[in-house]
Amino acid sequence: MKIFIEKTGETKDIEFSGTVKQLLETLKLAPGDVLVVRENTLLTDDIELVDKDSLKLLSVTSGG
Amino acid sequence: MLCHCGNPAVIETLCREHFLESIERKVKETIDRFNLIMPNDKILVAASGGKDSMTLALILHKLQYTFDILAIDEGIPGYREHTLSELLTFCKQQGFPPPNVVSFKDVLGDSLQELLQSHKPCTVCGTFRRYLLNKYAKGYDKLATGHNLDDEAQTILMNVYKGQPFLLAKLGPITKANAQFTRRIKPLYFCTERETRAYAFLNNLPLAFHECPYTHESYRDAVRSVLNNAEQQSGMKRNIVNAFLVMHERLREERNLRQCERCGEASSGRICKACQLLDVASAEPGTES
Repeated sequence: MKIFIEKTGETKDIEFSGTVKQLLETLKLAPGDVLVVRENTLLTDDIELVDKDSLKLLSVTSGG
Repeated sequence: MLCHCGNPAVIETLCREHFLESIERKVKETIDRFNLIMPNDKILVAASGGKDSMTLALILHKLQYTFDILAIDEGIPGYREHTLSELLTFCKQQGFPPPNVVSFKDVLGDSLQELLQSHKPCTVCGTFRRYLLNKYAKGYDKLATGHNLDDEAQTILMNVYKGQPFLLAKLGPITKANAQFTRRIKPLYFCTERETRAYAFLNNLPLAFHECPYTHESYRDAVRSVLNNAEQQSGMKRNIVNAFLVMHERLREERNLRQCERCGEASSGRICKACQLLDVASAEPGTES
């Protein structure tokens, strides 16, 4: 699974399957701090992810 | 998870359409509840090119308000030029007139970088941003900023942590009427940062993540972390702001504002904070333009 993290600009490549909520727990990210996007669609916490997914994690907090 | 309409939810329990409607309705209710905008008010939107000010401008437009846009360029390299570029793109895409961009360097004869020699960056930046917003908002009835629920909760806690509770009187969704200041309004007052970010994304606003290089030196950043960790018990930020609003009217007091003897802008003392900082930097205040 490829995950682009907007705040740091890095792309992680991990093996994962599970829900969005479980992914954020794995990445040690608070659900309120990011929005999870797959194919230009926002995902809620309950959405099931598969290993071939490509995701973008948008930072909720502004940089200013 | 499905929205009440049966479509897939994209945030919380709402589909795209109903989420956008809920945010626009929340802003309209805030405007109505606190009388933020009166008929025929001339409105100036303070925009930085970030998610909040773009969201604010877009929602005000959808609610059929007209406004001008003002942006302040502090001259922070690697940061401000990018957000201003995105603001210009946003205005073009939406058919808004281009923003009036006022630069620290052009108006004050110096830039933020050079004024940092003896003061904390956020103190200098905040002082001059407010100075320029007040100066360029003259002639308007309202100055609208994109401050959201998270911002307000953070500022409330910052003032309490610093033992400055009477500064809380300056907060709230609308400032008191004053002959020297254009009243400031915060139409996004009850919108969370998460909501404005989602709103911006769902409207394809031209945003990328840019971080001010000084953000991690700020006291606000530390308070933000405390609040976000505590918000795992959801609703805390909203509770902080609602509790503050109950106390707000009792905290407000007549502020005896004067005019700075040097530049003529509103000041709580003989010389305003902006002129004091310029004295420290050994620079003369910029001439009136």
